[in-house]
Amino acid sequence: MDKSGEAYWKATLGLLTKILIVWFVVSFGAGILFADLLNNIHLGGYPLGFWFAQQGSMYIFVALIFVYAKKMGEIDRKFDVHEE
Amino acid sequence: MDLQTTIYLVVGLSFALYIGIAIWARAGSTSEFYVAGGGVGPRINGMATAADWMSAASFISMAGLISNMGYGGGLFLMGWTGGYVLLALLLAPYLRKFGKFTVPQFIGDRYYSQTASTVAVLCLLVASLTYIIGQMTGVGVAFSRFLGVSNETGIYVGMGIVFTYAVFGGMKGITYTQVAQYVVLIFAYTIPAIFISMQLTGNPIPQLGLGSNLVGSDISLLQKLDSIVVDLGFGQYTTTTAGSTLNMFVYTLSLMIGTAGLPHVIMRFFTVPSVHAARLSAGWALVFIAILYTTAPAVAAMAKTNLIRTLTPGVVMQNADPYAAESQIKYDERPDWMKRWEVTGLLKFEDKNGDGRIQYYNDKSKNEEFKGKAEAAGWKGNELTVNADIIVLANPEIALLPNWVIALVAAGGLAAALSTAAGLLLAISSAISHDLVKGVFNPNISEKGELMAGKIAMAGSIVLAGYLGLNPPGFAAGTVALAFGIAASSLFPAIMMGIFSKKMNKEGAIAGMLAGLTITLFYVFAHKGLFFIKGTDYLPLIGGPNSFFGITPEAFGAVGAMVNFIVAFVVDKFTKEPPEHIQHLVESVRTPRGAKAVDGRH
Repeated sequence: MDKSGEAYWKATLGLLTKILIVWFVVSFGAGILFADLLNNIHLGGYPLGFWFAQQGSMYIFVALIFVYAKKMGEIDRKFDVHEE
Repeated sequence: MDLQTTIYLVVGLSFALYIGIAIWARAGSTSEFYVAGGGVGPRINGMATAADWMSAASFISMAGLISNMGYGGGLFLMGWTGGYVLLALLLAPYLRKFGKFTVPQFIGDRYYSQTASTVAVLCLLVASLTYIIGQMTGVGVAFSRFLGVSNETGIYVGMGIVFTYAVFGGMKGITYTQVAQYVVLIFAYTIPAIFISMQLTGNPIPQLGLGSNLVGSDISLLQKLDSIVVDLGFGQYTTTTAGSTLNMFVYTLSLMIGTAGLPHVIMRFFTVPSVHAARLSAGWALVFIAILYTTAPAVAAMAKTNLIRTLTPGVVMQNADPYAAESQIKYDERPDWMKRWEVTGLLKFEDKNGDGRIQYYNDKSKNEEFKGKAEAAGWKGNELTVNADIIVLANPEIALLPNWVIALVAAGGLAAALSTAAGLLLAISSAISHDLVKGVFNPNISEKGELMAGKIAMAGSIVLAGYLGLNPPGFAAGTVALAFGIAASSLFPAIMMGIFSKKMNKEGAIAGMLAGLTITLFYVFAHKGLFFIKGTDYLPLIGGPNSFFGITPEAFGAVGAMVNFIVAFVVDKFTKEPPEHIQHLVESVRTPRGAKAVDGRH
């Protein structure tokens, strides 16, 4: 792989890592591991841990994919590997 | 118009619509049959993916399971949506760039080995077949209620319809039919939820209703539900986990990586025109899926509330004493919907204490205080068995909604089951006809012969799945979860390493897939019987149920995937690295530029 190809792949992996951290924190973190703790806080009639497990994590997943698609498009153009 | 006529009418109309679309968009070539000619936009593809994805398990079964499990049911919600993040980030765009018809083809080319491709076909068949068993279970439930027949007859009717339907259209027909099916199923799911949310909380948006107060009180729905289920000996609704926290963690992870590894979902990303469209399409698919998935927990909690409200009318709204005899309804005065479901055998009443009233509670409760109260009230065991798979279909009837809503739900349930079964059959048929028959046995087969082989494969798998669906290894959603575990442990790691590791070689990948698949099947079959045949389980051999750190067989896929990764890396270290041109192939898959139309050449 040439220099720019390597840099492109590194940028891609960097973006993936950031997004996967958020993905992990909202579902496995807030929805499972720390759910009991968060249940002490209420969001309307929802205990917060329960809300993350049955509502919140899903909204955040949707946002994550669109953020990814947008940022990835920017990286593609920056390294000039985007589709015509 | 009476209920049965309305159901026939609505279901009949929806079927006419699908058939009309299938005829209009008939597939002419193998490319149109497998990948719809590769020209579907991201939003339309997202919608079709959502319909393909949301099966009988999501539509019919999931909310019922959440209703029984409470908070722990969230693992289905997080697992089956979180997997799309993995799919969008790790697989979809790269596989689209690779540009072939099927998953085994990618594995065969990337690992420069016919054997690797054949092993992938094996993994794909096991996962997809298990998945279809779950669908047939759901189809049986829907048809039995809809035709007023037994569950078995329902499955036979379902087999016939799914077969006719899938053989007909191929991917092109299926894609456009699935768009129509999505529309039907999403209305069928959300409209009753809106009605019920209005009834219980006064808030028309179910996602908000679930977090609101009950009508005419200052207690929130969830808080009330927590207290009434505890009164009946169940675990508290908002905090009961699925087994241990570890089990819930692993279960969720299995569903997520299984989602990303399921071939019939991955295939959908071969139908879009570009790499960028593949990324966006995953996002749109998840938007359309999330509309149903964020409604499901509201349906679950509200159905539970309404069920208890039906059986003990004063308890939910007027704080009546649940243990007083007059709180429980008399069996002779039960509502009509219970009579209708009794015909299917999925709802059963047995008057254990002979008082003519229905006692519905958790007779396996370990809570001494509750056991004392139940005994003092003269309860001799739970008298009403409600199959979790009927909750969603019965939900509008329980809430006494108008007939057309009930009919719409029947049509939606069938749409969900049919669209997914069709997508799965397509994945199976392409694996057999394209990767096995054309790829291995008879490379010179004509396009027509290949299509015929595919259709025969579909017929075979549907008969097998129907047979196993008669004695399902669990509820629809539970069985489907097993399929995810199998996909997670076998295909996902191989595909992912194929993209993210340039050095992974064929020996590593093949050993990994076989190890992951074998260990997962070994654990699953120990609980559910060899090939899911009743009576062939061998639990003593592994030391009792859930013996591996309390992990249930449905949750085992993540463990299998770890085994797959580890075995692959170890074997890879001791064998020679892949040839130069394969490493270049991986580099080219990583960059979007130069993505071509998908084709099937080997």
